[in-house]
Amino acid sequence: MSLSEIWFGLYIVIIAGYAILDGFDLGVGMLSPFVAHTDTERRIMLNAIGPVWDGNEVWLVLGGGALFAAFPVVYASLFSGFYLAMMLVLLVLILRTVAIEFRSKRESRRWRSFWDWVFSLSSFGITVLLGVALGNVIRGVALDQNGVMDVGLAGLLNPYSLAVAVTAVAMFSLHGGIFLSQKVEGELLERITALVPRLMAAFFVLMTALVGWTLVRSEAFAQNYRDRPWIAVFPALALLAVLTAWRQIRRAHHFTAFLASAVMIASLLGAVAAGLYPVMIPSSTDAAYSLTVHNAAAADETLTVMLVFAVIGMPFVLLYTAGVYYFFRGRVRLDDESY
Amino acid sequence: MSTELLDRIQFALTVSFHFIFPPLSLGVGLVLIIFGVRAVRTDDPKWRQLSTFWVKIYGLIFSMGIATGIVQEFEFGTNWSVYSRFVGNIFGSLLAAEGIFAFMLEGGFLGLMLFGGSRLGNRMWLFATTMVVAGATFSATWIVMANSWMQTPQGFEINDVGQGPQAFMTSFREVVFTPSFVPRILHLLAAAWMVGTSMVLSVGAYYLLKKRHVELARTMIRVALPMFTVLAVLQVVLFGANQAIEVSKQQPAKLAAMEGLYGTRSCAPMFILGWSDQKAQTTSGISVPCLLSILTDQTPDATVTGLEATPPQDWPRVNLVFQVYHLMINLGMLFIAIGGLACALWIWGRRLWTSRWMLRVLVATVVLTEIATLSGWWTAEFGRQPWIVWNVLRTADAESPNVGSGQLYFSIAMFVVLYALVLFVFLRLLDRKIKEGPPPPTDELVIESLPDSFGEIFRRRSRVSSGGD
Repeated sequence: MSLSEIWFGLYIVIIAGYAILDGFDLGVGMLSPFVAHTDTERRIMLNAIGPVWDGNEVWLVLGGGALFAAFPVVYASLFSGFYLAMMLVLLVLILRTVAIEFRSKRESRRWRSFWDWVFSLSSFGITVLLGVALGNVIRGVALDQNGVMDVGLAGLLNPYSLAVAVTAVAMFSLHGGIFLSQKVEGELLERITALVPRLMAAFFVLMTALVGWTLVRSEAFAQNYRDRPWIAVFPALALLAVLTAWRQIRRAHHFTAFLASAVMIASLLGAVAAGLYPVMIPSSTDAAYSLTVHNAAAADETLTVMLVFAVIGMPFVLLYTAGVYYFFRGRVRLDDESY
Repeated sequence: MSTELLDRIQFALTVSFHFIFPPLSLGVGLVLIIFGVRAVRTDDPKWRQLSTFWVKIYGLIFSMGIATGIVQEFEFGTNWSVYSRFVGNIFGSLLAAEGIFAFMLEGGFLGLMLFGGSRLGNRMWLFATTMVVAGATFSATWIVMANSWMQTPQGFEINDVGQGPQAFMTSFREVVFTPSFVPRILHLLAAAWMVGTSMVLSVGAYYLLKKRHVELARTMIRVALPMFTVLAVLQVVLFGANQAIEVSKQQPAKLAAMEGLYGTRSCAPMFILGWSDQKAQTTSGISVPCLLSILTDQTPDATVTGLEATPPQDWPRVNLVFQVYHLMINLGMLFIAIGGLACALWIWGRRLWTSRWMLRVLVATVVLTEIATLSGWWTAEFGRQPWIVWNVLRTADAESPNVGSGQLYFSIAMFVVLYALVLFVFLRLLDRKIKEGPPPPTDELVIESLPDSFGEIFRRRSRVSSGGD
């Protein structure tokens, strides 16, 4: 296995880490206007993610940095090619951060309701934009021989990518709902408990349809699955995880349901990565212009240094991430320091 | 306007706005560590009270830093794709290291720090705070490292392996320890600590003027003023001077622009105020003879290389660099005066507590330290032009070829509106937090019941619920 292949694997791990961790707090943001009826309930939902959302978002920053270093050509082509979409991602990321920080700083109802909407809509916006970006990557983009593309915002909003975005919204809402089942109580919990199975059903239908559409639409994707049948282990694992999550929700085992949901997200991303590999960004202009794990990777010196960083850093990251989640476990109680 | 100029305007705008916040969090963080240490060491409840108050302000500042910081990481790719492809192997790996070693540490412990006041004993709260501040300091270190490589690049070779020319790492040690790195990180950390301590001074002086929270306000000033004054002196005579010497050795054209020196000469003067005319190649104003030679080589006869040694197409905008540099220098001198005078009034019969004009000056100081720190960063960045990587890659050749001016006008307008709104709300909330003042001291019994070691956190449940089941 070459260093660039190892880094492709690690990169997918980082993306999955982001989707699992920030996924549930984006989901909480999207669910908030639908399940929380009072200011206290909204605060409980916000404080369920209060101590951890920032650490979760760091995985996105890490993903950006790792892509820049390990696959600089992909980073440069993708970010410049999706210029306006990336600017909108920044817009919603900034709005969401300040909304979380600002909303409870004043008592005024109008103030709070304004920032609540900003928080929800920006959570929705991030999910949609990331979904659209992923959809376009799977679908292929108009890369030329220099790895340059110019896809306007309108070009990004094709039906397939929007379908990926809608599925992502359902997936993160479901994941957020399962997370909240561990964090809230009373009427709010009842509402969420009633909602989660419906979200799950909706997600299952959307996901199944999307898998079908992907296999029909992307010949290379389907071919990869025919050539390397063992990679079917990823979608199989995802299916198993969905069923486990369903079973654990029915038995009100929220923590294991949450773990199953996390495994489901990771395996779905694994399934996408395995279907694309070794291509990272397919070119719709000419397959020869596609950016692959081999032609877009950094040199071995850089990848080695980065691997050393990852080996030293990751255990610490996992250690204090686990520590913080353990410390803030259990149902939310509001106090003076809460958001 | 050319797309290059638009790209530069956007980056300058977003990075300058971001750079308001990290020095504040680094400096206020350092003061919070001192409060925390005193809370652990003494029985006086005021230290925990001060921590509780300043952690809230810290949270507000820190969230602004997070919100505006991610923008730069995106912009390298969105606006400077040629640059990104060229330097990804080197610059990218330093950013990735920042993510894994610094941001993860901050992100992991920030929750504990911000919510620790009602959940952690003094010792563990101090631990969480120290981890966050350490993370912020590492972050600054990696960023200055990456930027220093752009100023004084080494440890690389340029090859084309099918994706255009790219810089490949030949020695990681050389990439990390470029000649400018150590002088620059020292200069930057001292600047950040000055910004943070001046923030604490400003709030303390405000309370004394309003005759509110007098005892706590005096404590803030007692902690922050000596630090501020010592740092102000060290910054000029040691860190700043050291930095200027480094620039004179590594980037002589930048130093020449900073002082508006066109001809190479011995006994080169140092300006206090002046104006440089790039067309006529003259600089006029008030200057101290020979001081620049003394600064760079510790002797008045030393020869200082002027801009004439560099082809004019490789000059930065001389007067711009000159002005921002002198703004920083003059503010630096002013800080020594402010700190010295305030210390003198304090020692001399405690007159500081009643000296209303001095307190007013202290309230304003945080704005001045912010301006000085920004001017320093501008000097470094404007002075590096027209290079994005010094003598290796031109800024004009580094932009994204596929991003047109329409898209750039849109994104610049978006950032201007968004940042204006966010800054307005931030300042309003900061003002409210400060006017609200510190909370009443926490009950000793409550503090004692909070978990204060790893064992207590992880083995048994604390009496006050940490949200436990």
